[in-house]
Amino acid sequence: MKKITGAQAFIEALRCEGVTHAFGYPGGAVLDIFDAIMDARDIQFILSRHEQGAVHAADGYARASGRVGVCLVTSGPGATNTVTGIATAYMDSIPIVVFTGQVPTHLIGNDAFQEADIVGITRPCTKHNYLVKDVCDLGRAIKEAFYIARTGRPGPVLVDLPKNVMNSTVNFKYPDSVSLDSYCPTYKGHQGQIRRIMGVILKSRRPVIYAGGGVTLADASKELAEFARKMKLPVTTTLMGMGAFPSGDPLSLGMLGMHGTYAANMTVTNSDCLIAIGARFDDRVTGKVDEFAPKAKIIHIDIDPTSISKNVKVDLPVVGDCRMVLRGMLAELAGKDGDLAEMIAQTETWRREIDTWKEQQPLKYCKSEIIKPQYVIEMIDEIAPDDTIITTEVGQNQMWTAQFYKFKEPRHFLTSGGLGTMGYGFPAAIGAQAAFPGRTVIDIAGDGSIQMNIQELATVVQYNLPVKVMILNNGYLGMVRQWQALFYKKRYSHTSMAVSPDFVKLAEAYGAKGLRVTRPEDVKDAIRKALEIPGPVFVDFVVDPEEDVYPMVPAGAPINNMLLV
Amino acid sequence: MRHAISVYVDNQAGVLSRVVGLFSGRGFNIESLSVAPTLDPAKSLMVITTTGNEQVLEQIKKQLNKLINVIKVVDCADREYVEREMILVKIKAEKETRAEVLRIADIFRAKVIDVSPKSYTLSLTGDKRKLEGFVEILTPIGIIDFVRTGTVVMEREMQGRRKLP
Repeated sequence: MKKITGAQAFIEALRCEGVTHAFGYPGGAVLDIFDAIMDARDIQFILSRHEQGAVHAADGYARASGRVGVCLVTSGPGATNTVTGIATAYMDSIPIVVFTGQVPTHLIGNDAFQEADIVGITRPCTKHNYLVKDVCDLGRAIKEAFYIARTGRPGPVLVDLPKNVMNSTVNFKYPDSVSLDSYCPTYKGHQGQIRRIMGVILKSRRPVIYAGGGVTLADASKELAEFARKMKLPVTTTLMGMGAFPSGDPLSLGMLGMHGTYAANMTVTNSDCLIAIGARFDDRVTGKVDEFAPKAKIIHIDIDPTSISKNVKVDLPVVGDCRMVLRGMLAELAGKDGDLAEMIAQTETWRREIDTWKEQQPLKYCKSEIIKPQYVIEMIDEIAPDDTIITTEVGQNQMWTAQFYKFKEPRHFLTSGGLGTMGYGFPAAIGAQAAFPGRTVIDIAGDGSIQMNIQELATVVQYNLPVKVMILNNGYLGMVRQWQALFYKKRYSHTSMAVSPDFVKLAEAYGAKGLRVTRPEDVKDAIRKALEIPGPVFVDFVVDPEEDVYPMVPAGAPINNMLLV
Repeated sequence: MRHAISVYVDNQAGVLSRVVGLFSGRGFNIESLSVAPTLDPAKSLMVITTTGNEQVLEQIKKQLNKLINVIKVVDCADREYVEREMILVKIKAEKETRAEVLRIADIFRAKVIDVSPKSYTLSLTGDKRKLEGFVEILTPIGIIDFVRTGTVVMEREMQGRRKLP
């Protein structure tokens, strides 16, 4: 066995994990690794302009492709700049591995130059993390990091690499397997419990499925659609679950919760059997917990035992992988055609009632002389190809996209759901575009959010990543302004973006293209033009500054208590 | 409700911080905590006594199990177990109270482990209630300071018998 350096061993380990893309930013503590990366032609390295951008890009890459995203940054400020990105991935259960440089082991704890205790800092926002103190442990740590990131409930793992570890030599062999006694996620659901659940669903009269991001993470969309259609169960999804069930399906209710549809919230509130699949009863979904699905028996399928009965008391839990459990549930239907037919007949009135809610209060907005942001999203949906990947920033742009873009497939909608990270969408689009160079990738942004990682314009230009950024420019931090309007007597404290750059000129300054649209009749042409331009484009849509997101459930109110348009 | 939870963990740097960080980050309460290596030097045992309703305790156990370095979590409330804690008490012992302090120490089977002209230091082992009773009795005499180790527990070898203190 040939002796190689820790840095070369690191590259070997990435190869063994099948890594083809990495995002990051160099610095003093990772010079050895970057020197080795120069020779690794099979790994495409994308240099971001800020470490936060690199982590979000790795996250977007992971969400779009289903593979583990990889990020490499230096010690100290390089490492601390990744924290928001790591916390974002943690909240949404996204598999990424973040490698940080560290000062040499003999300087750790000495307040050395560019030293930060990043393992300590990220303990609460990683699934697990490592400080590799000996080059002999490097292979095992990396193997475990990837394994932990992608298995069970996925999540970010950080590996801290001191400089002297990376330039010392080792007889390197990447481990074939992982032995972690204390970590063995449950994939297969309890058979008896699955049978009991099916018994309850077959006897229910007002059932509804509440599907979350876990369905996408488990690649269980096909099984979900088959299950829902076979049993004619209406389906509402969380923000993270958008696309896990096709929104055009007659059984689809759209999103539920604070900005959910009237039909979804009414259905959940009146249901007698709520089937939660890969969702975690977030407060933005439940509103007032005591009045969430008050009449329903609650079934909860989740791979993470801690999600069960955390916020809402669950009647029938199943710990397991969404896909395997759904398959088990489908298998339970064998030989029960009579019961199924009976159930479908008995739930006919329920579905008619739901259709009435849909007709009474569809998602809507008033057209006018000024561009309405919802209209821009509808037109993007109409014009963009079917396999388009949409990312969003956070705020009104995100909610309108969830409401008005008709997602048909999983992994087509990348958004920061749990942490709500402004500045996520643009770098995430970079990651998605790197994973799928041939597909259209669009970031639907606000004028506030886009400025949080605007520096990544240089990245898209440098690597010719043809990301399209559609800015819904209302001159405000719109979602915060909306709350101020509704609950703070229209006192718009510091939510006006009184000074913003000229986004067209800014894009041009970086070497990208910029377009501006001020009239509704020009919206479609601008979108078409942006998609035709081969490189990255910013489109600045000057939209109605006072438009709000409706329906809206005030924070802490029950979800059937909606403010409508 | 008070529960003693035994947490078997990898004997590695940073594991205590993961466990303690979990409690503070999620707003769980730690009443006492003791940590030491076990018979298998690769593992450590943490005994955490905590309080909370059923739902909170369930979350605590599940969240602990979710930590990668946690090998096993045992809630002693589900088992029969013996519980001990040690206390060192430094107490004023001047002419008129010296004999009284020794009498109390004798009743509780405490040991005198340090003596000075104006004080005794006593050590006592027992369960939480015994220690608290000891402190209560000594308080009027004048406790200068005390220090407690936190509870340690061990499952009873023969389950299903009458619980002994």
